[in-house]
Amino acid sequence: MRAVTWQGRHDVRVDTVPDPEIVNPRDAIIKITSTAICGSDLHLYDGYIPTMRAGDILGHENMGEVVEVGPKSTLKKGQRVVIPFTISCGHCFHCEKLQYSACDNANPSTTSDMSETLYGYPMGSAFGYAHLTGGYAGGQAEYLRVPYSDVGPIIIPDGLDDDKVLFLSDILPTGWMAAENAEIEPGDTIAVWGCGPVGLFAIQSALLMGAHRVIAIDHYPHRLELAKQMGAEVLDYKETDIREALFEMTGGIGPDACIDCVGMESHGLGIDNIVDTVKAHTFLGTDRPAALRQAILACRKGGRVSVPGVYGGMADKFPIGALMEKGLTLKSGQTHVQKYSDILLEMIIDGKIDTTFLISHHASLEDGPAMYRNWHDKQDEYTKIILRPGMERAHAA
Amino acid sequence: MASTHMRDDAPPTTARDGDRRAQAVDGDEGAIVGRTVTINRPRDEVYAFWRDFANLAGVMENVERIDVADRGRSHWVVKAPGGKTVEWDAVVTEDVPGRLIAWESAEEADVDNRGRVEFLDAAPGRGTMVRATIAYDPPAGIIGEWIAKFLQREPNLQARRDLRRVKQFLETGEVSSSASPSGRPSESPTEQAL
Repeated sequence: MRAVTWQGRHDVRVDTVPDPEIVNPRDAIIKITSTAICGSDLHLYDGYIPTMRAGDILGHENMGEVVEVGPKSTLKKGQRVVIPFTISCGHCFHCEKLQYSACDNANPSTTSDMSETLYGYPMGSAFGYAHLTGGYAGGQAEYLRVPYSDVGPIIIPDGLDDDKVLFLSDILPTGWMAAENAEIEPGDTIAVWGCGPVGLFAIQSALLMGAHRVIAIDHYPHRLELAKQMGAEVLDYKETDIREALFEMTGGIGPDACIDCVGMESHGLGIDNIVDTVKAHTFLGTDRPAALRQAILACRKGGRVSVPGVYGGMADKFPIGALMEKGLTLKSGQTHVQKYSDILLEMIIDGKIDTTFLISHHASLEDGPAMYRNWHDKQDEYTKIILRPGMERAHAA
Repeated sequence: MASTHMRDDAPPTTARDGDRRAQAVDGDEGAIVGRTVTINRPRDEVYAFWRDFANLAGVMENVERIDVADRGRSHWVVKAPGGKTVEWDAVVTEDVPGRLIAWESAEEADVDNRGRVEFLDAAPGRGTMVRATIAYDPPAGIIGEWIAKFLQREPNLQARRDLRRVKQFLETGEVSSSASPSGRPSESPTEQAL
């Protein structure tokens, strides 16, 4: 089959690779119909995530048609399914607590040692996201092997287009959990850093959960425009002092909750961010938490900070004093996707959530490398790219 | 202060002091491995799975074969570096159903070893804690040195991985595998990525 493979920093290719096979009894194989490129794929593209190997197949926002099932799969051939990016066994302590992204079993024994050293316990697993998280192939390909297919896949009823449901795989529940972690109460003002896909869905979710106001922060004009259309007030951090603005807009109280939808590759103009960037490039540190620092400083006393943005290593100058002295609550984590599948699918069917506004480009799998470049270089114009293996190639330059 | 001789409640394998570590299983301090894993299944079921040693061969990574002679004795064939194997007879020295299995290698083992696996109730509703403690005596001679080097580097890692695999099998019905296709020419779609 054809597949988008990672070869190194800023080097993504389309290769011919073997087709996946059923390995374990609960497996299924799906024929990919749509697979998106995620903001977190850019962390791989930029070479920030350790344990990638040349040849790894990318892609963790996947859906398709079931074409093969193992003896213990509950899926049936021909069903359309969206695949959560988190691979979860459904039976361990964490899965039973609905903390699916913390699954104890999906990360094979041979790939769990490194994260046990890094984080104290072996981490969960994901498709197409380095060997730290199991080394499972991704779905930016024609076919995908889906482990534990009796637990994860979301069966899609007829009549719902791929574009309407694909984001159940990651960014929609990620935005939803980010808002849930902000523990929104009536009257609350929620500030959201980053108006990429997760930020936009966090804005949408916060409003659905009853936030009084949402204030969104970014610098790309088109992304700020989309945030505004969702019902947020917007701030451009290149034009405005964010903490001052949030202070003034909330009458000196501050946002009740702050959501960092930016993560480890934060832009930013402060000297701290410039130092972080230098350190990252010289491998003295990996994470640039400019947005997170700002969120912690801007948050009101006794408020909540929610961090869906991806971090992987250590952060310098983390404002622990502000966190403690103001009595903030910090909540974070990879998304427990399966926990939210039913409620979000229902909201899509009922028309309460529409995710299609985000999609800026559809492309063939063969155009994958060009799309990675565009996603990286033209973030204002490319808000979301969906690859479709069957689609005809663009006659591009 | 009276607390100077206070001994804490930690499992002996986690002690900083080598002499205390060696007390975990009557063994050499440098060659003791201890690891606990929680398995979300009832204690009796976990014990019964383990007690039928033949089950372990299918789950543990480096165990090539376990021939069970009778309930007291089994023959283990384990992969060693360089495509070689090491073998021994394991004799059960203690068996408390649902609680404990202890063993010792018989004479003429390639690697003398002894150990115990305890089955403890985890907090209510959380299944069973399995605590394995193993001691090795590396053999003498040049090959022995080589195996010793391997054992001193690897057993902790191997015990950790094997306990994880037992947990996976008992909790999910399969041993987790990320075997997947890739753009690397040497790997087949069913080969474990690492």
